[in-house]
Amino acid sequence: MVTRRLFTKTAVGAAAGTILTACGPRRLYEVPRDKLKLRIAEMERKYKEEYGKDVHVSDAGPIPGVRFAYALDLSRCIGCRRCVYACVGENNQSRDPQIQWIRVFQMEKDRGVDFSHSTPYYQPADVPQEGHFYIPVACQQCENPACTKVCPTGATWKEKDGIVVIDYDWCIGCRYCMAACPYGARHFNWTEPGLPVSDLNTNTHYLGNRPRPKGVVEKCTFCIQRTRAGRYPACVEVCPVGARKFGNLLDPKSEIRYIIENKRVLVLKEELNTVPRFFYFYAT
Amino acid sequence: MIFLLCLCGALLATNGVRSPSAATTETAVAGEHIEVPPPPFSDGIFPCSNCHASMKPNRTRRQLTFMHTDIVLKHDEAHRWCLDCHDADNRDFLHLASGERVSFDESYRLCGQCHGEKYRDWRAGVHGRRVGYWNGPKGYLLCVNCHNPHQPRFKALAPKPAPHRPTRQMTLNEGH
Repeated sequence: MVTRRLFTKTAVGAAAGTILTACGPRRLYEVPRDKLKLRIAEMERKYKEEYGKDVHVSDAGPIPGVRFAYALDLSRCIGCRRCVYACVGENNQSRDPQIQWIRVFQMEKDRGVDFSHSTPYYQPADVPQEGHFYIPVACQQCENPACTKVCPTGATWKEKDGIVVIDYDWCIGCRYCMAACPYGARHFNWTEPGLPVSDLNTNTHYLGNRPRPKGVVEKCTFCIQRTRAGRYPACVEVCPVGARKFGNLLDPKSEIRYIIENKRVLVLKEELNTVPRFFYFYAT
Repeated sequence: MIFLLCLCGALLATNGVRSPSAATTETAVAGEHIEVPPPPFSDGIFPCSNCHASMKPNRTRRQLTFMHTDIVLKHDEAHRWCLDCHDADNRDFLHLASGERVSFDESYRLCGQCHGEKYRDWRAGVHGRRVGYWNGPKGYLLCVNCHNPHQPRFKALAPKPAPHRPTRQMTLNEGH
């Protein structure tokens, strides 16, 4: 006999199952290749209409045998914010209202790494300032990301090469991920992004720097449009002191492995077990 | 004489580094020649032999008063002077402590004599800026593209503008 309780249980189970199946995290790549090509062609046509420029949207997948990691030399960083603006230029963030994926915190040397006594709003004539050091923070590309777990639509997930990505077409703007992220790495488009056509970077990726609509969350993707093509992220190349290092964690000859094996390395908020793939180190 | 354009030099040189000719694929091995951009000479200063060829070397340690007075040595100046690095017999070269001549393109070998740890890190791609491909050709910079050899301390820079402070509307967006 079907009791009311059994009926409810079954119904709830079925509903949950449907939702979970429909919103599985790898959904984008379950789309057949030819269908995805059509979707991208349509996307590029719309961008052309909107911006009057040919925008290339890449669908490059993870490279087998590659696990990206990043390292930043705290003994070198002078807090000049060149990385912040190179990132904005590369990744088509909104200029007004301002969205920046990298935030550089100025710390007091006497206190050490202490975010509660840091400020991102420093503006002296020259940096570094006496008695201070600097910690740039962006997405830590966690091995065990808190942000992806809370997404109700499965719009954000970790790729096989370790990059945590967002599918802007599935993001509903609930911002749970922003609350879950312990690094403040996710940013929300409260308005239609203010991106002048002249500033548009036309080399984009589906899961990265393609122009975003209003109402979606965005974050650092290790410059997925560059790094999946073998290049260094924009912030690495612009850093005037060479503090930023990037490479394949699985390649024993990479800079990253050299750093981890030879330098003093730390991650932020290690106790949260997010297992960041963004390492801070001291070269000296 | 190498003259520094410090950051400007580094930035200019970067453009040159992107060409495939100035790239190396693997982490460099000790002593191996590394492709680097040209040293940031001041205009018209190189080759040094243009002037020095007809001059008799004066090996006496002294304060220069006739030429190169704009160079202020702040690099262990108590113990060094010009001819500890610059070769007196062939002015277009530097020389190592062993007396071996090295060209200005290989000045990293000279720097590496004292700064061995930095030299090792630089060869591994960990000290200094690199551009190019994480899995392919990489562009290096010479030590002197970022550090003035006569005053090697990295110069302070003006920071780019601070981020906007959150407005009421943006408060949630800026939480951390």
